[in-house]
Amino acid sequence: MDLFQTLQTGSGAWNPLLWLVALGVALGVALAIRSRGRKDFREGVGRKPFISGNEEPENGGGHVPASNLYWGFLESLKSYYARIVPLHTGIPTDYVAWLLGVMALMLVVVLVF
Amino acid sequence: MMDTFVMRHLPALLIAVPLFAAFLMPIVGGAGRVVRNAWVVLGALATSAVGLALAWKVLATGTVLYVFGAAAPHVPLPMDSGGIPIRIVFQIDALSALMVVIASLSSLGITIYSLAAESRQSGLETFYAMLFLLIAGVLGMVSTGDLFNFFVFLEISSLAGAALVAYRVDNGVAVEAGLKYALLSTLGALAVLTAIGILIGQYNALNLATLASRLQFTTLDKLALVLLAVPLAMKCGAVPMHFWTPDSYTTAPSSVTAFLVVSSQASLYGLFRILFTLYGPLLSWATFGWFLIVLGVLSMFVGVTMAIPQKDVKRLMAYHAVSQTGYMLLGVGVGLAVLGNPDALAKYGRTAMAGGLFHIINHAMYKGLLFLTAGAVFYRAGTRNLNKLGGLGHDMPWTMVCFMIGALAIAGVPPFNGFASKLLIYESVFRFSPFLSIIAMIVSILTLASFVKVFHSMFLGPRRAEFAAVREVPAPMLAGMALLAVFVVAAGLAPQPFVDRLIQPAVEALVDRAGYIAAILGGI
Repeated sequence: MDLFQTLQTGSGAWNPLLWLVALGVALGVALAIRSRGRKDFREGVGRKPFISGNEEPENGGGHVPASNLYWGFLESLKSYYARIVPLHTGIPTDYVAWLLGVMALMLVVVLVF
Repeated sequence: MMDTFVMRHLPALLIAVPLFAAFLMPIVGGAGRVVRNAWVVLGALATSAVGLALAWKVLATGTVLYVFGAAAPHVPLPMDSGGIPIRIVFQIDALSALMVVIASLSSLGITIYSLAAESRQSGLETFYAMLFLLIAGVLGMVSTGDLFNFFVFLEISSLAGAALVAYRVDNGVAVEAGLKYALLSTLGALAVLTAIGILIGQYNALNLATLASRLQFTTLDKLALVLLAVPLAMKCGAVPMHFWTPDSYTTAPSSVTAFLVVSSQASLYGLFRILFTLYGPLLSWATFGWFLIVLGVLSMFVGVTMAIPQKDVKRLMAYHAVSQTGYMLLGVGVGLAVLGNPDALAKYGRTAMAGGLFHIINHAMYKGLLFLTAGAVFYRAGTRNLNKLGGLGHDMPWTMVCFMIGALAIAGVPPFNGFASKLLIYESVFRFSPFLSIIAMIVSILTLASFVKVFHSMFLGPRRAEFAAVREVPAPMLAGMALLAVFVVAAGLAPQPFVDRLIQPAVEALVDRAGYIAAILGGI
């Protein structure tokens, strides 16, 4: 049995083995480039990270909390979230109302079509 | 002799083994921790072995029938029944076998994991009794060929699930979530029971195949369809009936959450059975195909966009569970929409359904894995709040590796299993509607973004003083995660054998309504 058969999608194909070979080649190229770097580099000796001109925070202070990530995404979709979040009320009777509402809608669709 | 007896009665053992493990748990638990844990492992191993053996038998020899209480249980209509399927019949075809494989693998992984994860909790006899009842309920739902029996197993899984959601009292939050789960499940089950009443009142039958052969699609049948399909869509977490999902998945112990995903998928199986097998050609294919597609697209988009701003890692993952269910609904919905068009069905309909069904097993494995990693982080760090977590990769490297495998799989990054099923969905759905395929791809990109955030928040960054005592989780938890991670990698590296041997037969079983009916009624 050929474990690494090509996956046929009907209109395309995917072979994980070929992908792994390509990944290996890419890693090889990356390592080759890395090997051409400076051999005398030592981490933390005479160099400081550049953080937009700010001082490097103390150990642990530089971790960006989850709420600060994707601020732009959430801001640009503010109007969408202003509508969708309030629907998640946490109130069981609201959950039941949605269930009954979909049932009613579905019944209309079934009877009409 | 013994082998033959066991192989002959596998469908009965599929339910009897977990029920036996559950009912003896309070007695065995009294003998001490070691004996209880040994009983749990034995029960989980035996249940999985029976499930996998049954699935192997179905895939090797075709549909397996089992008539409970009959002298000849393998004969669909025993002579002593008067040619009427009055007894409970288990009808396990390739689609049921797929679901049995999912439940078997997942239950084994989560049970091993729970041995260490729940070791600090009290009331573990009740916990494991409920867990085995949940497993029995799910296995029964996907194996039975009897509509009322399906309702019974749905109730068993719902009540056990609600009890497990409320297991950790957690200042009342878990109890509230359990109550919501129980309320919605009970209402859904009540609707299903009403539908069964409507059908038996008209056709004097409870057997699925018999009902399918007699259905006239009267107005009452249409009402029954709504009462069956909508609650099952709610139970699988489809938007806009998904609200219970984040509440329940967040507060349940992680091992339970991982199996609640499988429980939801059993409801998805029920929905597909109702639409394809029970009603079949009586439906307007396009209308009901689009019903699934609309639910799928809504679930994908609302699920992923609600996940991104979440701060509780399990709540975030719960919204992703909603989102991933959308892919399954989309894939199978496209197949249903073109079921009446042999040309489209051959060109892309079957592939779309294969993608949807392949995504069910893939999702059960990688989402189960992700919930287990979230539980591992909570076990050591004591919080699920992503704003408070950080730097855990230094001390929990194996948990981090398991998380990375699960996160890359759910985002559809090759070479993991999520990519293989999503590729089938993208390419086949594109031929049906490019717009839907593009939405599916955008949702995958957002999923990746969301899990990059989780990875950064939990594992990256320097060590934090408040987590100085954190170390890797105990071996049973790692073993449970590793079992699911191995599947995620294996199904990603070798997807075609899975598709050929497990998924395509399931697609054929779903499409072949006449074959399902003939397996019962053709045996007279």
